[in-house]
Amino acid sequence: MADSAAESTAERRSPAAAFAARFEAASAGGGLRLAEIPFLTQINLRVDPKSPAAERIGTAIGVPLPVEPGTAAGGGDLEVLWLGPDEWLVVGPDGAGPGLVERLIEAADGEHVSVVDVSAQRTTLVVAGDRARDVLAHGCALDLHPRVFGPGRCAQTMLARAGVVLVAGEDGFRLLVRSSFAGYVAEWLLDVSAEYVAGG
Amino acid sequence: MSVQPYRREGASGRVLRFRFDGREYEGLEGDTLASALLANGVRAVASSVKLGRPRGVYAAGCEEPNALVQIEEPFPEPMLQATTVELYDGLVATGLPGQGRLADRPDPARYDAVHAHCDVLVVGAGPAGIAAASVAARAGARVILADERPEPGGSLLGTAETLDGRPGREWAAEEVVALAALPEVRVLRRTTVLGHYDDNYVIAVERRTNHLGAQAPAGMARERVWRIRARRVVLATGGHERFVAFAGNDLPGVMLAGAARTYANRYRVLPGRRAVVFTTNDSAYAAALDLAGAGVEIAAIADVRQAPGEAWAARCAERGIEVLTGHVVTAAKGEGEVSSVEITPRVGGGAREVPADLLLVSGGWTPVVHLFSQAGGTLRYDEELGAFTPGETRQAVEAAGFARGVGGTGVRTLRACLEDGAEAGRRALAAAGFAMPAEIAVPSAEEEPAAAPAEHLWLVEAPENDGDYGTHFVDLQRDVTVAEVLRATGAGLTSVEHVKRYTTAGTAHDQGKTSGLLTGGVVAHALGVDVAELGTTTFRAPYTPVSFAALAGRDRGPLHDPVRVTAMHEWHAARGALFENVGQWKRPWYYPRQGEGPGEDMEAAVLRECRAAREDVAAMDASTLGKIDVIGPDAAVFLDRLYTNMMSTLKVGSIRYGVMCRPDGMVFDDGTVIRLADDRFLVTTTTGNAAAVLDWMEEWLQTEWPDLRVCCTSVTEQWATVALVGPRSREVLARLAPGLAVDNDSFPFMTWRDAEVAGIEARVCRISFSGELAYEINVSSWFGLALWEAVMASGEVTPYGTETMHVLRAEKGFPIVGQDTDGTVTPQDLGMEWIVSKKKPDFVGKRSFARADTSRPDRKHLVGLLPEDPGVLLPEGAHLVETSALPEPPVPTLGFVTSSYRSAALGRTFALALVSGGRERVGERLYAPVGADLVPVTVTSHVLYDPEGARRDG
Amino acid sequence: MLLIPCPWCGPRDEAEFHYGGQAHVAYPEDPAALSDEEWARYLFFRDNPKGLFAERWSHTAGCRRWFNAVRDTATNEIHAVYRVGEPRPVTA
Repeated sequence: MADSAAESTAERRSPAAAFAARFEAASAGGGLRLAEIPFLTQINLRVDPKSPAAERIGTAIGVPLPVEPGTAAGGGDLEVLWLGPDEWLVVGPDGAGPGLVERLIEAADGEHVSVVDVSAQRTTLVVAGDRARDVLAHGCALDLHPRVFGPGRCAQTMLARAGVVLVAGEDGFRLLVRSSFAGYVAEWLLDVSAEYVAGG
Repeated sequence: MSVQPYRREGASGRVLRFRFDGREYEGLEGDTLASALLANGVRAVASSVKLGRPRGVYAAGCEEPNALVQIEEPFPEPMLQATTVELYDGLVATGLPGQGRLADRPDPARYDAVHAHCDVLVVGAGPAGIAAASVAARAGARVILADERPEPGGSLLGTAETLDGRPGREWAAEEVVALAALPEVRVLRRTTVLGHYDDNYVIAVERRTNHLGAQAPAGMARERVWRIRARRVVLATGGHERFVAFAGNDLPGVMLAGAARTYANRYRVLPGRRAVVFTTNDSAYAAALDLAGAGVEIAAIADVRQAPGEAWAARCAERGIEVLTGHVVTAAKGEGEVSSVEITPRVGGGAREVPADLLLVSGGWTPVVHLFSQAGGTLRYDEELGAFTPGETRQAVEAAGFARGVGGTGVRTLRACLEDGAEAGRRALAAAGFAMPAEIAVPSAEEEPAAAPAEHLWLVEAPENDGDYGTHFVDLQRDVTVAEVLRATGAGLTSVEHVKRYTTAGTAHDQGKTSGLLTGGVVAHALGVDVAELGTTTFRAPYTPVSFAALAGRDRGPLHDPVRVTAMHEWHAARGALFENVGQWKRPWYYPRQGEGPGEDMEAAVLRECRAAREDVAAMDASTLGKIDVIGPDAAVFLDRLYTNMMSTLKVGSIRYGVMCRPDGMVFDDGTVIRLADDRFLVTTTTGNAAAVLDWMEEWLQTEWPDLRVCCTSVTEQWATVALVGPRSREVLARLAPGLAVDNDSFPFMTWRDAEVAGIEARVCRISFSGELAYEINVSSWFGLALWEAVMASGEVTPYGTETMHVLRAEKGFPIVGQDTDGTVTPQDLGMEWIVSKKKPDFVGKRSFARADTSRPDRKHLVGLLPEDPGVLLPEGAHLVETSALPEPPVPTLGFVTSSYRSAALGRTFALALVSGGRERVGERLYAPVGADLVPVTVTSHVLYDPEGARRDG
Repeated sequence: MLLIPCPWCGPRDEAEFHYGGQAHVAYPEDPAALSDEEWARYLFFRDNPKGLFAERWSHTAGCRRWFNAVRDTATNEIHAVYRVGEPRPVTA
């Protein structure tokens, strides 16, 4: 395709853009922080983990593909999330998409891999703060105890009635939510947070 | 200062005002509605469901069968037990005649749910539960301790026992405060465990604001469902006392002995002034002594046994309480409440009538085994206990304390319960892989008198009364008497399950907590068999009633189900579009024209939108179509196997329509396939089937063809899509994409081009779902709104919705999978023989096209229907018959209408239908019911507009 | 709700999975060579035992992998899970 998205003259709009003010209001109490991180680069990568291509890709992007189920690995401005035994999501900063796709395909060097730019397929919501775990527990059946799902863990699972990629960080969680579900998940998070921000 | 005539001296606490059955009363903080009513001398609280007999408080917990009330304020709630309603200031309630009334206004409260995980879940914070939780928690295990009451202590709340020299209630409170302070412990008060399912999935409901009345904080969920996954569960659920069937055993003033003891000790309330005690075991002696100590005159203890516990008998003698061994109560008597009790020796001698306003009954104690049974555990009858106790289970669950029947005499002993609880805690730790704490301190309890064996008497026979068992109740809440049980057994029923269904005993709101075993005992007695042999009915969730609101949690209203929207949704909403639910998606249905005057109706809007698409230029948000990137050297082979037609011959840059079938040959989905590169395709699916098609592809790749080097990735929401339709679509596209050659030779039908459209990088596909010249413009969904706004900016493009899309495609005879098909339709049935490859050796579904069934001449074919009256719109789903008058049922139907619309292009109504042998019937007249009439229709080809396809190139 | 041990992701709630019916019913090598009766057996006939049953599950809300499980249909106990292509393990 012609130009990269970032250079376009038209205006981009992220899936949860309409919730910015309400997220901010819900974050005012301090115990909880809700926010959208829009426009992150997300590349879906499928490759046989035992293939030379997988190793070359790890070297090329500076992050070995994590092979332990449910883990994430980071390096530089990239993070690689395990989605399945031969599937990863490579997450990078806004605008990194076209270049990253090229690097991945080059590293594969003709071996069978699947590299698909899915940056607009999901948006990223932050659920952070002391109450983050409590808030998510209302809709996520995973055990989010820090001993079980601490930083470096990720999982594809359900939050309420939406599929999400859940990533544990030092300060809380990131939810990668399908764009069409972003409004539902945002409304759900705000509804849950009522109990925590009102001092309930 | 109010007068609470039955309140014990020295009771203290904040005074709470409440209203019951229209009268003002006062109670004390810590009361239940039941204890407050008893303190005020209210004996008859409710009336019974079938017989309308007055009923009073019978128990002190969730086993209560009688005292059903309706809360009226602050929010109406029916069918609550007065014994479990915590008193609050301003409570307004009424007694119920066995059934309540639903509120006629929406419930303003919030409800929610939480998932929780733990190493050990302990159900019940009585002595055994606290002991188990303490052991587990102090070893560092993640522990949840759940108890249904507002405060911990369980049975200790009802007794005057001491532990480590402190009142049991204080011990429990302090232990639980200490437990709750541990980082990995969660104590859930007012939380009833309702259900125990596979793999230790346990459902509990926490009542969080009910006890606060109008003071409940607004943001706080009123009730919360806990979904707990526990590695191990300890059921320390204690026991329920049961009663005995005798005449008049339902009169207000008859009460379970343990409940009366609880009212005296825990609530500082005297349930009466002068009591007779009727018992089969030693536990009622402790109740009698506690009540006597509280100031109730104990007129006599009638013990069915010849030999009660010696120590208990001695203590009664010390207090001057007469113990009548070998006696039974043959009747409770009185008008509306107990005024005297008839006591009769079991052998010889006449009855005597003892004046009393209170009759305490203990027919023994039944371990609460509901959850153990729900979890799949077996139950076995314990002869000594006279009850069913936990047996075997495959789940990681065990009962502890009285729930396991420890003690062996049918009477709970505090020491045994504490030790058993601690043991259960130890076993749970070991099972969860925790190191055992060095020392486990079990608090010291007072010496308890040795108990004598209980005698299990279910029924006090009434031979002198001609065997009239009409007031010998076994189930108070269902008004089931021994007479009815005898009718059931007399009718030949020999299974306790059948008797339950025949008499309804045990099926009420209380689920027979006090009556289940008693019913079984009476049945066994009537049949002359052992209770053990008879067995018990099955325990099912929920343990106590639960409101639908709690179960729904926050999955209601706007959060009932996810609402999926496209990147352009805000524009549609602002433009006043009406939306259609397509799966979870909200799609614009039609856009009524805005302006002065009355709004445009759907029919006018759709006719206008259709005309724009056929005669001018119109656009639709088509973003909801499923999209799957199929990548790999074997992608073409893979698609050849899944689609009925050939995909491997598709050239890069071109597009082909395809149909997928199930192995049975029935249409599963359809859509377009775009070849992006030799090893890369983009497949579109119907909106509703996006996930199903991806799953389908993965299923074949993973389970049947793992050798194929193909990967499938969903990109449904990566792309936003605008369908630009109509004879003028080319000129609009040319303006939006000045760099794109749009003439027919440069950009022919069923090809795609990358281009910049409105300054946005885009992939433009020349495909048409309307038969008109049309394009689908795909951009990153981040730019979906910008693209749509650019398309609409000139004001010359008419937005259209799904209704118009349906009309346009139906005029062309394009079927919608799931509307014109239903899982029994082949491509050939749809008139698409051409899409079924003869060349390919195999594809999914091919073999089924050689089955006799798929070539029957009377299969239903997709055809068009033209009502003879061009103004008549056939209802979708209407069946078709051959005659103008309906024959006698069963009416032979030839098929049914699948799609029906008004067409601007045809100037009339039309329909698509699946009709038996339809293609052979073209030209025939059939009839369809419209309201009360059978209207004539003519069968036509399913392609009604532009059959030669002259319009697609503009 | 069952707790199903996905061979990749570990134990997850049953709600994250789709059921796929009896395992080890392979798509016939050459459907055209089958009689109608044989094809119908492949399409429509499945076992329905009380007791151990090898069946397919897909972890649709998680890693999207298909796998097989041996489940006791009477008690719901899952005795084993194994990946596609692996032989059915010996279970009690």
